[in-house]
Amino acid sequence: MTDTLARPAAPAPQPAPPARVRRARRRTGPVAWVLRVVALLYVLGLVALPVASVVQHTFADGLAPVLEVLTSEDFLAAARLTAQVAGIAVVLNTVFGVGMGILLVRYRFPGRRLLSAVIDLPVSISPVVVGVALILVYGTTGWFGPALQDAGVRVIFSVPGMVMATVLVSLPLVLREIVPTLEEAGIEQEQAAQSLGANAWQRFWRVTLPTIRWAVAYGVVLSLARSLGEFGAVRVVSGSVAGESQTLTLFVNDSYQEFGPDAQRAAFAAAFVLMAVAVVLIVVIAALRPREETS
Amino acid sequence: MTHDSGGASGIEVRGVTRRFGDFVALDDVDLDVRPGGLTALLGPSGGGKSTLLRIIAGLDYPDAGTVRIAGRDATFLPPQRRSVGFVFQHYAAFKHLTTARNVAFGLEIRRRPRDEVRARVAELLRLVHLEQFADRLPSQLSGGQRQRMALARALAVQPEVLLLDEPFGALDAQVRKELRDWLRRLHDEVHVTTLFVTHDQEEALEVADEIVVINQGRIEQVGSPGELYDRPANPFVMAFLGPTTVLGGELVRPHDVEVLTDARAGAHEARVTKLLRIGHEVRAETRAADGSTPWVQLNRVQVDELGLVEGGTVWLRALVPSPVAGVAAPAPVPA
Repeated sequence: MTDTLARPAAPAPQPAPPARVRRARRRTGPVAWVLRVVALLYVLGLVALPVASVVQHTFADGLAPVLEVLTSEDFLAAARLTAQVAGIAVVLNTVFGVGMGILLVRYRFPGRRLLSAVIDLPVSISPVVVGVALILVYGTTGWFGPALQDAGVRVIFSVPGMVMATVLVSLPLVLREIVPTLEEAGIEQEQAAQSLGANAWQRFWRVTLPTIRWAVAYGVVLSLARSLGEFGAVRVVSGSVAGESQTLTLFVNDSYQEFGPDAQRAAFAAAFVLMAVAVVLIVVIAALRPREETS
Repeated sequence: MTHDSGGASGIEVRGVTRRFGDFVALDDVDLDVRPGGLTALLGPSGGGKSTLLRIIAGLDYPDAGTVRIAGRDATFLPPQRRSVGFVFQHYAAFKHLTTARNVAFGLEIRRRPRDEVRARVAELLRLVHLEQFADRLPSQLSGGQRQRMALARALAVQPEVLLLDEPFGALDAQVRKELRDWLRRLHDEVHVTTLFVTHDQEEALEVADEIVVINQGRIEQVGSPGELYDRPANPFVMAFLGPTTVLGGELVRPHDVEVLTDARAGAHEARVTKLLRIGHEVRAETRAADGSTPWVQLNRVQVDELGLVEGGTVWLRALVPSPVAGVAAPAPVPA
């Protein structure tokens, strides 16, 4: 009895499938070849060539000018600001992403579907509109503007505004990872934990969070990539003053639009840095993906 | 039924009603589960048995009525304070924890000393025959192994009562049969008050020492497997617990029908329409003079001795009087 419990009975030997069936499934038809060529051309034209050209322009005059840009006052200020804004945005995204994900999946309340739709809104509307909307609410002439000014808090043309703009456009990326994972995991593990004596905090910490950890990690990395690259909304709310309220993407844009080879070189060098960070994040995402699927 | 079931580790349900919108899942249900017993909640899908189990566990709440566990009013206690072990149909294994950590979960929550946890987990894994799988993740276990892990996990915290919701429902027939025997023997070892939900009458008859038949939110009958089978309170219980057929307007068991080759007192004439062989059993379908279609459960030897052939005429007589005499319920089609 014990051994049969521990080991399922050996399966009956399976007859080998007819060879004809296997061949039919493996053959690559002309349609597959056409699709492959199209995909290849697409990737080459839209991704590989532009990326290669950025690299080529960056290092056209060797390494020295690039290093000069990367140690310049304005670049360092932009890099610091980007790190600051993206860092705060990612922390907020993680906290709100997990909290709102659980709220949306585990609780039924009036307006739940509306909330779920509203969260996705910033993804579908232009980031510029997001920026303008923030100014309309928090700018000096906006709804909360005067009150904030009286309190001595500056939101627009300052870090808080940039963080808000970044969070708005990147939070949905975290939620979109967490919500399906929570839905798929179901509620039974949490109920089992509850019947075993776990209180709400213990259930969250010991069951819910471990269940969604890879989804959270994946969503956070995605949102970090998005935060670093955010341009439109931040452009509108930041004012883009060099050395003060200029993130890396704004630095690239502003430098590129200036005249002279130095400015162009600065744009390419900063673009290269942004790209390198993006590549690193893609590698991290790729490394996270399979783990998420097996967990 | 007011014996000591509210005492030691019994469950006492009084007047429990639960509605989902217009649907009445439980209608003023009273139930006593005696301490130390192995009780089955048996009924068709949607009959309210799972809802009742979840209300006892605190995973759902009654609209009216009370639940007492081990003599304590538990109606408004959250699940974590009821001292109830719950086993889900789909295991609800903690997928990120090994088998040993799954079993240890409740003990870790209770902050038991590390040595005690280790010893208790080892003991439980031995009990459910999973010693060599302690370091595996649930995804590396079979369904039957996962369910035994879930059982060990529920038992680890020494609950007053153990509740199982269709525990073998997701397993294939072979494993299900093994686990039934095993649950029976496990219960003989640990003696915890156990209540399990099933829609499988064979499972209930084989495992439980008491069966509660529940249908359409009401309890139809409570009793030992033998009592329920031999003396069902009504046609529903009779039909749900085993095969039935209608002979001369009476509901009888098809294996309690005598087949005769000549007319005798009390026998109904019928024509054999089909002889269906199912393993060791032969099912003789007939058409009686009154237009009814009684069927009889026989074995091959009986068929040969009687010389039954399709199209032949036989006389059928009930061997025992119908326990639900006078009620002509339409017999369910045999599965």
